[in-house]
Amino acid sequence: MPFQFFSSPHLHQGKGISQLMFQVIYALVPAIALYVGYFGYGVLINIALAVIAALATEALMLITRQQPLTPFLTDGSAVVTAVLLALCLPPLNSWWVPVVGTAFALIFAKHLYGGLGYNPFNPAMVGYVLLLISFPKEMTTWLPVQELAAQPLSLKESLTWVFTGTSVQGIAIDALSGATPLDYTKTQLGLGQPMAEIRTHPLFGTLGGKGWEWINMGFLLGGLWLLYKRVISWHIPFAMVGSLLTLALLFQWLDPTTHPSALLHFVSGGTLLGAFFIATDPVTAAATPRGRLLYGVGIGCLTYIIRTWGGYPDGVAFAVLLMNMAVPLIDYYTPPRVFGQNRRP
Amino acid sequence: MKKRRLWSFPGGLKLPDHKSPSTQTPIAPAALPKQLVLPLQQHIGEPAEPVVNLGERVLKGQVIATAQGYLSAPVHASSSGQVVAIDNLPIPHPSGLSAPCIVIETDGEDAWGERQPVENYRQLNPSQLRNLIRQAGIVGLGGAGFPTFIKLNPGPEPRVETLILNGAECEPYITCDDLLMRERAEEIIQGIGVIGHALHARHCLIGIEDNKPDAYRALAATATEGIEVVPLPTRYPTGGEKQLIKVLTGQEVPSNGLPIDIGVVCHNVGTAVAVHRAINLGEPLISRIVTVTGSAVARPRNLEVLLGTPIRHLLTQCDTEIDCIDRLIMGGPMMGFTLHHDAAPVIKTTNCLLAGLQEGSRQPPVMPCIRCGACGEVCPVQLLPQQLYWHARAKELDKLQDYHLFDCIECGCCDYVCPSHIPLVHYYRYAKSEIWAQEQEREKADLARQRYEFRRQRREREQQERAARQQAKKAAVAPSASKTDKQAAIQAAVERARAKRTAQKKTIDETPPSQ
Repeated sequence: MPFQFFSSPHLHQGKGISQLMFQVIYALVPAIALYVGYFGYGVLINIALAVIAALATEALMLITRQQPLTPFLTDGSAVVTAVLLALCLPPLNSWWVPVVGTAFALIFAKHLYGGLGYNPFNPAMVGYVLLLISFPKEMTTWLPVQELAAQPLSLKESLTWVFTGTSVQGIAIDALSGATPLDYTKTQLGLGQPMAEIRTHPLFGTLGGKGWEWINMGFLLGGLWLLYKRVISWHIPFAMVGSLLTLALLFQWLDPTTHPSALLHFVSGGTLLGAFFIATDPVTAAATPRGRLLYGVGIGCLTYIIRTWGGYPDGVAFAVLLMNMAVPLIDYYTPPRVFGQNRRP
Repeated sequence: MKKRRLWSFPGGLKLPDHKSPSTQTPIAPAALPKQLVLPLQQHIGEPAEPVVNLGERVLKGQVIATAQGYLSAPVHASSSGQVVAIDNLPIPHPSGLSAPCIVIETDGEDAWGERQPVENYRQLNPSQLRNLIRQAGIVGLGGAGFPTFIKLNPGPEPRVETLILNGAECEPYITCDDLLMRERAEEIIQGIGVIGHALHARHCLIGIEDNKPDAYRALAATATEGIEVVPLPTRYPTGGEKQLIKVLTGQEVPSNGLPIDIGVVCHNVGTAVAVHRAINLGEPLISRIVTVTGSAVARPRNLEVLLGTPIRHLLTQCDTEIDCIDRLIMGGPMMGFTLHHDAAPVIKTTNCLLAGLQEGSRQPPVMPCIRCGACGEVCPVQLLPQQLYWHARAKELDKLQDYHLFDCIECGCCDYVCPSHIPLVHYYRYAKSEIWAQEQEREKADLARQRYEFRRQRREREQQERAARQQAKKAAVAPSASKTDKQAAIQAAVERARAKRTAQKKTIDETPPSQ
């Protein structure tokens, strides 16, 4: 009896791209729950809008590019991009902010480069940076933590605000908004306030910004789970957090009055989301072990530089995009030593 | 017992081993088939040359084809009977092509020919031993099938420090070495004696993965002075020669070198038994142990099979539902290849027949590479599989060699973990064959160029010679070529012609009349 030909190996672990992507989403659940707890329903609305926009854009682009719909729509990559982007947005936004950001990310940063696997830049970060530099007002109008807010908004009120721009209680968004801890620190340092005084502001809790510190712990938890599940390797998060903390400790030691503590850097802004979820995006990160260390160190250092001397309070997104550019070069110069060979090529 | 220090190789995988189904029963002899089909090539190198005629009666163990060239091995009749065909028949090969085979119709007597066991192999010198092993047609039984006697020739001076016996058997499903070690530990140790003597090896290490405790115990109990049985952590591909050497000795075989370069020689446990039988019992290699297993096999087990037994014959003996086989694999699920037909026979390198898999294989569709790097993490050679994949797709053959394509051992680890289900190993094999083909083309082109150059030079030389001749002629004529001497020149030519004619006439006159 004749049989069909197959090429070896004949076994496969079974895990596909969609499993990897959904594991990333599961790992985000604790942080999302904490985020909603501290900042209200706006976070969920952002995520929902971004995911819907992502799937619609993805489908449209696949049709335009004449690619099969099912395998690519279900691979989970668009959803991950959407969720990551949504988590970077202020918790209460006009509906078009997440929609425009996601659509731009998927069309310009992903599909115009050839779709899944071919994009040189992290799509979520491209979307975020587009929004940040094009709509600075919308992107810096952050809600304060709910315990500091005058009135926490209900789901219905949040939805109304997102879609109509008016609050049920007639309160303008300006009355509800405030600065993020990193933003506040930067402004106050610019005004010559010493660090010790800044830290006494009610925005700050025990480790860093109130609420922010625990959301970041959520990212850390999810990140460690991803490490345990071997979805990501330790190199990038370790190198990025390590280099950021090293620089922060160094400057804290040199002059603690004008430099935020390393701990504040650790639990603020995009540090842990960036380290475990954004910088580790396989498509755009370095692929060799030593390359990943270099890539992580690059992001950590650039983040510190932009936070400290740059024009933006947080620098993770810019740092990631800048290092994305260096990835081909890094990979080229960091191949591992081949078994049985003495010299590197 | 003092614990031996072990090393580790990069990458590798922990695989579900699926070994227990075929280890429940001891090794059993397979039934004698009606016909034995013996391919002339069952090893790496040159095929053997038939030395029997159609209709000739042969005895078990009789040479039916002799080795041709150095890298070759003879073929023996695996049972007594009559040669009924020497023809192209399906053989177990990835290509699925047919190849020359000798077909023996068995007579059921299984009558041995003459056997000449060596009484005391220690009295023979290494070269005599090698010759006997060569005549016995022994090739590596681990799967690659390299003629064994060549590996027993370490070079002019004895420099073998360590003899390693490979009992790792790291591929899932395969258990033939496991059962062999459990049941025939004594024969393995005897074989080590012979090999060790031929190589002048200082000591011997037998590496066994720790998922085979019975095999370990059996060998440890039988091991003699100078032989150490070492349990190894179970990790694929520990049974790869270079990986095994690294784990046991901490040394890396140079990338384009051989184990002997670092004083190590590595043989499979099955090969050791074959060597023992050839020397101490005078039996050539005519049978081997084959694992018959897989989801379509109702009674998975290990059989001692005469070489040349048709695979279908074995499958039916293990109650296999042939119709349920989605793929028939020779070898393990990671490195084995699919057979195109079950009419192909068992050959010297058939360690396992895998009829259907118990669990999922690669699922389509193939998605784009997301550069996750999982392939690089599991690569035991520390290559960059994804870079190789890109370059293979782009047919950048030079780049592939820069990224050490030829160091790839095709273990399939990268393929196993790839979340995009890309058939990576397939790409590498394809790229390797492309490079070989290109090299052959280049050689051909070089030869053609050489030939052309040679012809051109010859023509030039001839032209020059012709020109020189003409010039010489001209030079001879030149003094009388002046205008005033023209008359004289013509006169001289006429005279020359006349002289020639008379001379010719003279020769004809002088020629004796024909008789």
